[in-house]
Amino acid sequence: MAETAQSTGRAAPGRNRGKPGAPRPRSTASSPRSTAPSKTAASDRPARPAADAETLVGYYRRMLLIRRFEERAARAYTEAKIGGYCHLNLGEEATVVGLMAALRPTDYLFTNYRDHGYAIAKGIGADRVMAELYGRSDGVSKGWGGSMHLFDAETRMLGGYGIVGGQVPLATGAALAVAYKGGDEVVMCQMGDGTAAIGAFHESLNIAALWDLPVVFVIVNNGLGMGTTVEKSSAEPELYRRGAAYRMESARVDGTDVVAVRDAARTAVERARTERRPYLLETTSPRLKGHSVVDPARYRSKEEKEALKAADPLARMALELEEAGILSLDERDRLDAEVRAEIDAAAAFADASPEPDVSTLFDYTYATPVPGELRRLPADPVFGS
Amino acid sequence: MATMTYRQALRDTLRAEMLRDGDVFLIGEEIGLFEGSYKITEGLLEEFGERRVRDTPIAEEGFVGTAIGAAMLGLRPVVELMTINFSLLALDQIVNHAAKIYGMFGGQSSVPMVIRTPGGGGQQLGATHSQNVELFYSFIPGLKVVAPSTPAEASAMLKAAIRDDDPVLFLENLSLYNTKGEVPAIEDVEPAEIGRAAVTRPGTDITIIGYSRMARVAMEVAETLAAEGVSAEVVDLRSLRPLDRRTVVESVRKTGSAVVAEDDWLTYGIGAEIAATIQEGAFDWLDAPVRRVAMAEVPLPYAKSLETAALPSAGSLLAAVRDTLRATGRGPGTTPAPPRPLEPAS
Repeated sequence: MAETAQSTGRAAPGRNRGKPGAPRPRSTASSPRSTAPSKTAASDRPARPAADAETLVGYYRRMLLIRRFEERAARAYTEAKIGGYCHLNLGEEATVVGLMAALRPTDYLFTNYRDHGYAIAKGIGADRVMAELYGRSDGVSKGWGGSMHLFDAETRMLGGYGIVGGQVPLATGAALAVAYKGGDEVVMCQMGDGTAAIGAFHESLNIAALWDLPVVFVIVNNGLGMGTTVEKSSAEPELYRRGAAYRMESARVDGTDVVAVRDAARTAVERARTERRPYLLETTSPRLKGHSVVDPARYRSKEEKEALKAADPLARMALELEEAGILSLDERDRLDAEVRAEIDAAAAFADASPEPDVSTLFDYTYATPVPGELRRLPADPVFGS
Repeated sequence: MATMTYRQALRDTLRAEMLRDGDVFLIGEEIGLFEGSYKITEGLLEEFGERRVRDTPIAEEGFVGTAIGAAMLGLRPVVELMTINFSLLALDQIVNHAAKIYGMFGGQSSVPMVIRTPGGGGQQLGATHSQNVELFYSFIPGLKVVAPSTPAEASAMLKAAIRDDDPVLFLENLSLYNTKGEVPAIEDVEPAEIGRAAVTRPGTDITIIGYSRMARVAMEVAETLAAEGVSAEVVDLRSLRPLDRRTVVESVRKTGSAVVAEDDWLTYGIGAEIAATIQEGAFDWLDAPVRRVAMAEVPLPYAKSLETAALPSAGSLLAAVRDTLRATGRGPGTTPAPPRPLEPAS
């Protein structure tokens, strides 16, 4: 099913699998570290259907919802309704939906700052996510986090994190807490390819493997850390193979194939849940646009940008569902209209939500109140005048 | 009441809190089998097992972050960092994560954890092992930083820190571990209130402000001054964030002058914040400039002669207090000091 390359760590197979669907890296062909692409994407794809029609349409709808949400977010950003940084999941939809489909509602999720789609797929309403992007009081993080810091205790989305690698030790600790309490929840920790170079990643994988923690680390490899290719930032560009250093089972899967991602993630999640072993999963998917909404991605060639269109997981799934007789063009249009209406409603909700009142500025510095906490605005004296 | 060392008070309090609350666990380097680099966790692995006394690899960022994540799910980790110098390896997790998670997510997740760590020079450990960088953490809203100076206070403050729902940096000091004091039976120790300074010795002529080791040194100096007929008031800050500005200002309004004793560097240090607080809150009451006694501005050297010269001591504090008393003209037998030039001391 999923195009995975199992690595049990003790006996890594050493096969050099390609990344169908992912943008081709810009490394030179002679680079000893290049990720040699193998067969073409089409020939590698498993026969459809791999799940029942209803399930597939459900996945498609969720992917579509994320796509339309991100398109609306990009528009709202240009309208100055959204501030700060804004990183979109465009091209990552199959990965997002596939990963979340493998989790139970009680499982925990940590992600990096490219988190809108994950928050929605974990079960948070698009309206509250949009309200957070707008910096409003009905946002998931009450307007304190913004695009990069979506959090919802109820759905166990334990945060998007803006510092590369910051979420990896946190997820490891959440898994420690689950193990400590004897629970059967699993913690999933999403990160980008750039994270595989940071110390916190390595320290966390080591700890998780040493202590048998129920955590699934997922590297979403879109080939680029901002504008730097994986080949330029990692001496081992097949990132899943880093698991071997910690005797951690690992695999790579085509991140543009929602069912393949789901199945690979299920394997990983079950390993964590039943065997209490951490797992390292790598998914490969394209980043259809720039690093963030303000990045025109000039470092990509015209050919690369052209190739991205062919790698679009949403367009591909639409075509496959149509060819399989599961979703006709009319039905697809109807779904699209439905989703667009949902996104319109989310944007309207965000627009109508009030900005947080300035009187709440000091509400969230400390959970346990303290005497003598300084609650002053910039021009105020330290002592009352 | 029993007389015990600061070390023993910490150890017994950790044990008592672990017995009281099953969610409290210890995590850090060499705290289990080795029983702690400074033996604070002696016997605890044997009593509580590996689940609750967890030795870690040498990976400060990893295990501090792991503790933060565990705290997010409701556990109460007590991290031991072998020295505060090593906390720099975990700076991102402490500053960008522990301190931010409660606010950044709109109060949905607290981080009830303690990071215990000793600072302090004077042990000939050289430049990288002798720093006092509590200032870094005291600067950050979202963190709490406490620095008890006696065994009884260490116990009361540690209880408070463990029961607090916020990340607390609990500053210890290498030179305090063997100091002794009266401590009630550990189970009877009342948790301290974080954010309150204490007037540990009342006086009328001058205020000496310190924390951790220097609060203890301040008490010695006040004793010496008392023999000379000078009544010095000592304020032990105890908590660096939040800072109890009121107690400081009230004391200085009473005495009219202040010397701040700190175990860190002077420039941008804790003393600078205290001095600014005093001028804002007690400007009209001051009879002399606020004086700071702090480490020489050098990476701390290894050689004993150089290290001793660089570190604040009872002697240097006493000298600064006498200077200040002269400037105020309030000390017995003193005459006002001549005006000083504005050039930096050389």
